[in-house]
Amino acid sequence: MNMMVNSDGTLTLASVGELGAAAGPSGQGAWVGGVSRREFLKLSGGISGGLMLALYMRPADAQSPPAPSPDPTPAFVANAFIRIDPDDSILIYAKNPEIGQGIKTVFPMIIAEELDADWARVRIEQAPIRPDLYGSQGAGGSRSVAANWTPLRQTGAVARAMLVSAAAQRWQVPVSECHTEPSVVVHASSGRKLRYGELAADAARMPVPEMTKVALKEKREFRILGRSVTGVDNPKIVTGAPLFGIDTQLEGLSYAVYQKAPAFNATCAECNLDHIKTLPGIKDAFVSAGDPRVDAPPGIAIIANSTWAAFSAKKQLQVKWNESPASNDSWTGFVARAKQLAKWPQGQNSVVKIGDVDAAAVGAAHNLEAFYQFSFVAHAPLEPQNTTAWMHDGILEMWCPTQNPDSGRNKIARAFGIPHEKVVVHQTRVGGGFGRRLMTDYMGEAAVIARRHNGPVKLTWTREDDMMHDYYRPGGFSSLKASLDKHGKLIAWQDHNITFTADGQKPVNGAGANAQEFPALLVKNVHVSQSLMPLGTRCGFWRAPNSCSHAFVVQSFLHELSVAAKRDHLEFLLEIMGEPRWLPPADARSLNTGRAAGVIKLAAERGGWGKKMPAGRALGLAFHFSHAGHFAEVAEVSVDSNKKIKVHRVTVVGDVGPILNPRNAEHQCIGSVTDGLSAMLALEVTMEQGKIAQSNFDAYPLLRNADAPEVDVHFVESDFPPTGLGEPALPPLAPAVCNAIFTVTGHRIRTLPIRNEGFSI
Amino acid sequence: MLRLKINHTERVVEGDLDPATPLLWVLRDHLGLVGTKFGCGGGFCGACTVHVNGAAVRSCSVRAADMTGVEITTIEGLAKPDGTLHPLQAAWIENDVPQCGYCQAGQIMSAAALLTQKPHPTDADIDQFMNGNLCRCGCYRRIREAIHSAAKAGGNSEPNTELKS
Repeated sequence: MNMMVNSDGTLTLASVGELGAAAGPSGQGAWVGGVSRREFLKLSGGISGGLMLALYMRPADAQSPPAPSPDPTPAFVANAFIRIDPDDSILIYAKNPEIGQGIKTVFPMIIAEELDADWARVRIEQAPIRPDLYGSQGAGGSRSVAANWTPLRQTGAVARAMLVSAAAQRWQVPVSECHTEPSVVVHASSGRKLRYGELAADAARMPVPEMTKVALKEKREFRILGRSVTGVDNPKIVTGAPLFGIDTQLEGLSYAVYQKAPAFNATCAECNLDHIKTLPGIKDAFVSAGDPRVDAPPGIAIIANSTWAAFSAKKQLQVKWNESPASNDSWTGFVARAKQLAKWPQGQNSVVKIGDVDAAAVGAAHNLEAFYQFSFVAHAPLEPQNTTAWMHDGILEMWCPTQNPDSGRNKIARAFGIPHEKVVVHQTRVGGGFGRRLMTDYMGEAAVIARRHNGPVKLTWTREDDMMHDYYRPGGFSSLKASLDKHGKLIAWQDHNITFTADGQKPVNGAGANAQEFPALLVKNVHVSQSLMPLGTRCGFWRAPNSCSHAFVVQSFLHELSVAAKRDHLEFLLEIMGEPRWLPPADARSLNTGRAAGVIKLAAERGGWGKKMPAGRALGLAFHFSHAGHFAEVAEVSVDSNKKIKVHRVTVVGDVGPILNPRNAEHQCIGSVTDGLSAMLALEVTMEQGKIAQSNFDAYPLLRNADAPEVDVHFVESDFPPTGLGEPALPPLAPAVCNAIFTVTGHRIRTLPIRNEGFSI
Repeated sequence: MLRLKINHTERVVEGDLDPATPLLWVLRDHLGLVGTKFGCGGGFCGACTVHVNGAAVRSCSVRAADMTGVEITTIEGLAKPDGTLHPLQAAWIENDVPQCGYCQAGQIMSAAALLTQKPHPTDADIDQFMNGNLCRCGCYRRIREAIHSAAKAGGNSEPNTELKS
């Protein structure tokens, strides 16, 4: 099936402000924007006579392409994707933030493949944050590969075409008689060969072919993609070389902390600033109103001559905080309120209504009801939030471990009236993202501090700051009803989603019912409704937003239904999928029931579904579709008489199209399973009067090494265009494990984390 | 002023230093050895693990002032001065262990201390010894494999025994 992304030659990349929306309640459609036209700008020559190409992207409203620069200055070097030097070395710039998803390795692999480069001679550097040159440079929503697949291939292919043209011209033969081998152009009939380095200067003078017309390789011609390449930064990581934002070191650097109120957005009524200023190593301290335009809440900044001096002074702060809307937030209160709201299945509003669920229930053989709940969770990336910022010469220069560099920059530039190009963002490697760093509040805080400070300053959050001032995965509740006919077929589905709102209108980020969410489009009678409770605490996008919690609810309840109907869960799931089709149709990022059935069947096969298990042990099966990825998982779980569980093995089967870097792809799935298991077991954030109760890892027990399960990953390598892998393997994990626990114990888990139902690992 | 022996080199920390300053922050802020990472400040995550006389120590939880007269090794000093990687570092690259990579310096330093004690650890030894090192990306199984492969390659070989001038 020909489903190439961007077949019309347009780029569908997020403008960074839309990253959140893309992963928001609808999960659909918000990604398009920013760039609709692009041109190649040929950048000839350079400092050493090499070939450089920049993919030049311009706003949709620009009328004419920019003139190729006849005599570019060396300053253009940083803007290129590809640089080939006469010594055959190839430099490729990786455009998006590396957060552990492997994008800094796989993007250059895509370019190098179509360039037909000798991978051994490729060097990779992080590209500057220049969306005018590189398009959107965010890392979120498992979107990067899908959005960049075609343009990056074309980028490599254009360079290759120019090298071939240069060789053909030198040999005075038609281009059609030439082909490439890794970093070499070959004229087969005469046996002549020229290395890319030998052609670089000439290639730079060749006309630039039109990007959309240049020939791309067939999959069977791939030499790099489909083979495992280790992470490009591994040598630096294992030797402790500076890579991460927190590693930023500058001459004359000062060190800052920023104390915020326990309840989000509360302001300081009074504090002992005078005392703080007298403490050793303290350079400055001030109360800030914050700035909502850059997502900086009110707080107290302390600037010192070392991180430790700043941390120590922070502990001596005595602050009286005012109240804020978040001061009313209480987890126990929310649970009680949700249970009340659950009694009114219509909810405050209807999200989708298909058929007549009540009529279907009248003649049904089985009607089931259940109430599910899941906790707030924190992202807890291991690198605490930080940003180094320096206001000098009219420029605000920043070093940021962020998933969303340009969004952060735009907000800061707008808020403080600094020209966009004078906010210079240096993208560092990111010590874990998980969606937390789509938000750029730490950049905003650092900007607020740097604007008042003379010299560079590094803002570092303590772990407590990070845990207590996150944009949390919203907790939530679902009141479910469903009906089965006499054949055990699912005929009606009701989900009253009880969640939170910050503005009284729409669900908070990372929450909310979706009209097209599985299984809504697969059942004849559906009613999904929603009720919203006011919330002051910040919420955001946690790995596989919405799906990470929703899959637990839906896929567990589906298992309740197949059990009630005394049906095999595999067969029950396959029946729901029905005939292969896209839902909704004509959308390559929507659920394809054929792909879904494919992964469900293979997971069952590889996971040993149906095999006889020893006493106290069982398999659980779950499927979920999210982020354009179809994933099914089988968990093999044992439970002892003390409700202690062991997850022996998780079989993961995914369909995300062709696999570009197999080992990394496997690692993303293993990481998702581990993350999903960690969260379902014991992770929760609770609050009273808006104060988060958990402040460090002792109270937030992330999964440790001994409990990491064996994960067996398989891919259905379909010919659909490749899509992302950072998230979609996570959602099926919790229901797969919980369904297995039910089969062993007969105890249906309807609360996450399962620790709250007495289970432990 | 504080004199510390780090990676076989004597390092001097000038000026008045708060005696309570953890070794972690002296390494990072005063000496520019930023390979040792700050994760939690409470000894819960292991990102800041270094060696003190060959034993794994959480550098966020010991005072630098107490570290005089001992041999401190950080991730920067684990490879030999000629650049030859410690077998664990090589195994980490070969097994493609890192994802985000932030915890890995601490993981490797813990693993190196383990191999000094137990040149051929079992899975259970690894699980026990490495239990204090969190990996948020879920690289645990590969860490275990990499430790086993480094052990086979002679991973307990004492690194960096030569003095730097």
